[in-house]
Amino acid sequence: MSNEQIKNLEEIFEARIARDEKIEPKDWMPEKYRKTHIRQMSQHAHSEIIGMLPEGNWITRAPSLRRKAALLAKVQDEAGHGLYLYSACETLGVSRDELYEQLHTGKAKYSSIFNYPTVTWADMGAIGWLVDGAAIINQVPLCNTSFGPYARAMVRVCKEESFHQRQGFEIMLKLCNGTQEQKDMAQDALNRWWWPSLMMLGPTDAESIHTEQSMKWKLKRKSNDDLRQQFIDQTVPQAELLGLTIPDPDLKWNDEKGVYDFGEIDWDEFWQVVKGHGPCNKKRMKDRVSAWDNGKWVRDAAMAHAEKKEAKKLKEAI
Amino acid sequence: MSKNWPLWEIFVRSKNGLEHRHFGSLHASDAEMALENARDVYTRRSEGVSIWVVESSNITASNPENNGELFEPAQDKVYRHPTFYDLPDEVKHM
Ligand SMILES: [Fe+2]
Ligand SMILES: [Fe+2]
Repeated sequence: MSNEQIKNLEEIFEARIARDEKIEPKDWMPEKYRKTHIRQMSQHAHSEIIGMLPEGNWITRAPSLRRKAALLAKVQDEAGHGLYLYSACETLGVSRDELYEQLHTGKAKYSSIFNYPTVTWADMGAIGWLVDGAAIINQVPLCNTSFGPYARAMVRVCKEESFHQRQGFEIMLKLCNGTQEQKDMAQDALNRWWWPSLMMLGPTDAESIHTEQSMKWKLKRKSNDDLRQQFIDQTVPQAELLGLTIPDPDLKWNDEKGVYDFGEIDWDEFWQVVKGHGPCNKKRMKDRVSAWDNGKWVRDAAMAHAEKKEAKKLKEAI
Repeated sequence: MSKNWPLWEIFVRSKNGLEHRHFGSLHASDAEMALENARDVYTRRSEGVSIWVVESSNITASNPENNGELFEPAQDKVYRHPTFYDLPDEVKHM
């Protein structure tokens, strides 16, 4: 194809998206669109999968059967989210194996929030409330993104997320209405998860490289800073309801702007964690890779069994 | 020996009276496992009463590049629609 022809196709393509038409896997698309989508969807899938690890840490130690069943169901949902997203990603011609390979070799990233440790039961509350809360803010606009399989996966994901946030908030509520020790535990969890949750919504707009293109392709509908503001504005009253203090001395309602002003985010910490120097980066990768490696014999045995059954069926048919 | 589990397309009937609808795909070693995995991945909240699994490699899809020749001919066959036919208003029940 000549450059002229490609430019023409690109214009038609961009116009389709601008008209709110969906792009489906077999449609012509610019190489950059394909690559960007593989990157974003797989990063998203990896985050769901790695995101199971910090919470998985507490399944066996949940304080009651009710909490255990809920946490187990939540973690299972996250596995499901990862699977919806991997399969959406595979429609663009990349294999599951390649995607895992990218995760396991550190070539692909996942959300930096999952590199923080879960040291008390209250962390299960804080994660559901704050981390899933921030994820919902990120994900809801993606239900209308331009790539059909991604949009459809996000619709399913968003339907399931609301239970995640509610079960987390309920854990916090219970602790906050409990003994002083329990309340302190909840406050401590908020102290540790607040700033990483704000970082989770991405670098400030000034430093965000992909924003303009992503807006055009509807991979993003609001800027990181706008999403962060939205998150803060909706979360502060929830913290008040719990009787907890947000660990930010500069947090203050701005009557003029109608939003909360907030303190400086430690972006050095964010970039350190992204680059692999967070408290749990190494542990997360080690756990993920060993789970995959240790499962190899099971995958191989299942495949061998399937082939044997198939061969037997063929033999019987002759 | 290492062979990847093939990809399966999953179709779910949400309730009797409705058709099976494409829900997504997943990997499994055989059809039986694909059914079991589909139950866990796509019907955790009673989203279905029946599941079909089809190995993805068995699906032949039309190519969007041929959409013109495939689908456009229908556009000028307006006589396939009831509104093409001019009848007087007095004709009732038609
Ligand atoms: Fe999720
Ligand atoms: Fe979630």
